[in-house]
Amino acid sequence: MANDGGAAARPVVSLRSASLSFGRRTLWHDLDLDIRPGEFLAVLGPNGSGKTSLLRVLLGLQELDSGRATVNGHALHRGSRAFGYIPQQKSFAAETPLRARDLVGLGVDGHRWGFRGGGATYRRTVDALLEKVGASSYADAPVGRLSGGEQQRLRAAQALATDPQVLLCDEPLLSLDLHHQQAVSRLINDQCRDHNTAVVFVTHEINPIIDYVDRVLYLAGGQFRVGRPQDVMTSDVLSELYNSRVDVIHNNGRIVVVGLPDATTHHHHAEAAQP
Amino acid sequence: MTLDEMLRAIFTFDNYSELLPLVQNSIWAGAVLGLLGGLIGTFVMMRDLAFAVHGIAELSFAGAAFALLIGANVVFGSLVGSVIAALLLGLMGIRARDRNSIIGVIMPFGLGLGILFLALYEGRAANKFGLLTGQIVSVDQVQLTLLAGCAVVVMAALGAIWRPLTFASVDPELAEARGVPVRGLSLVFMFLLGVSVALSIQVVGALLVLALLITPAAAALKVTSSPRLVVLLSVAFACTSVVGGILLALGGRIPISPYVTTISFVIYLVCRIISWHRSTRSTRSEARAVQPI
Repeated sequence: MANDGGAAARPVVSLRSASLSFGRRTLWHDLDLDIRPGEFLAVLGPNGSGKTSLLRVLLGLQELDSGRATVNGHALHRGSRAFGYIPQQKSFAAETPLRARDLVGLGVDGHRWGFRGGGATYRRTVDALLEKVGASSYADAPVGRLSGGEQQRLRAAQALATDPQVLLCDEPLLSLDLHHQQAVSRLINDQCRDHNTAVVFVTHEINPIIDYVDRVLYLAGGQFRVGRPQDVMTSDVLSELYNSRVDVIHNNGRIVVVGLPDATTHHHHAEAAQP
Repeated sequence: MTLDEMLRAIFTFDNYSELLPLVQNSIWAGAVLGLLGGLIGTFVMMRDLAFAVHGIAELSFAGAAFALLIGANVVFGSLVGSVIAALLLGLMGIRARDRNSIIGVIMPFGLGLGILFLALYEGRAANKFGLLTGQIVSVDQVQLTLLAGCAVVVMAALGAIWRPLTFASVDPELAEARGVPVRGLSLVFMFLLGVSVALSIQVVGALLVLALLITPAAAALKVTSSPRLVVLLSVAFACTSVVGGILLALGGRIPISPYVTTISFVIYLVCRIISWHRSTRSTRSEARAVQPI
């Protein structure tokens, strides 16, 4: 590992006493967080704990209730090129008039006005992105006909189009089969290690990325814990967060969380756990 | 009416060469509307707004009928009706499901209002019928200039927002994250759609607007997924339908809309068959080559 998010590098993203509420419910408050170049941060927690909202704050789509969030020392704003965003996998309609390369192309310059000139530079950029995520073989296939895993690779290519300093991933592995989960998470990790891109990876399931994660931000019940996976993913810490007995079992390099309130192992529905 | 008489009523080409120069304006108007319909139609399909187009058309009809009743300009009336309807839908219905129920509520109301205004109107009956079924044969130079002017403005606006609108239409989450004003674009597009519907109604009438704004784009989407080709084909299909319809309708005494809708339907059918043929072929070849993932 070239860079494991050592304390030496200056943080790309900083949150200071950041708080966010949804109606009367506090999602998280007094969150202090520095994300450094090349760091792989997993954001875990039950549904409704504010994981996606954290990404929306970073994307400038949602305001903090209090506190400060900065990227490279500047205030956040919408459409910042510092961030690449991989949304949840959603299937495109079968007749979407886009080929794989066009979808990636929207990531390159879809936000600009007017028509695209269709120059050689544009084509080279798109080809390079497709190559990077291993999607060259289906570059001209209609997006509507691609599998979820293939589409997520294109999402990754879109997100990398601005050569971002931070990759924000919102459950990018959801509804993918194991093979594609591994492929997509490896792709994201490679970008993190080889290009020193920070990764904020929102997920409800840490195991597919357990080998890559440097730090975990665990959100639950209006509280949070940040730290190395082995420090956060423990029975004591999670029991405290959930305010009830939770067991964390380490088995063969995998982490199994047992006894989450109102849920079986992984799909935590913690609304009921809220005080 | 015997079959022979019926065919003679539908296809008459007597004195064709003398008639043709008389409808030159209509043919130009048809071509302009085909171009506009083909362009707007691609976005209508991408944004899943087919039903909305129908709803807008009914309200446009009500506006036109009201204008007829009070003796105002019919084109202006239809323009006001459809732009109000389009903006209303743009403001209220963000999700497709809400939108469809709102359209379902607005549509019969608009149509009912239109019928009321027409019932009160005491002028020429042909004027009433024309609102529903189209009346392009009577386009004069002034109307053509107005129509072309409006169409050029709409197309220029559409061109300016083309790329971000595509982004926002197919991939709203990412577009929003990239700073594309998704909601603003949606409203601008609804406005352009309202104007396009009102203009198209002048040719094919309120009942058959879909043949101009939906069918060509839907047909194009069946045969290609290249964004450029979709637009080109959609425009080509729409122009063929309208201009072809006008040329066929010329000699007869039947309104032009059945010709337009039939041509456009046949084009759609052919495209569907092509797409079906392709998919059965590709399933077979996929089945032959079983590849490891």
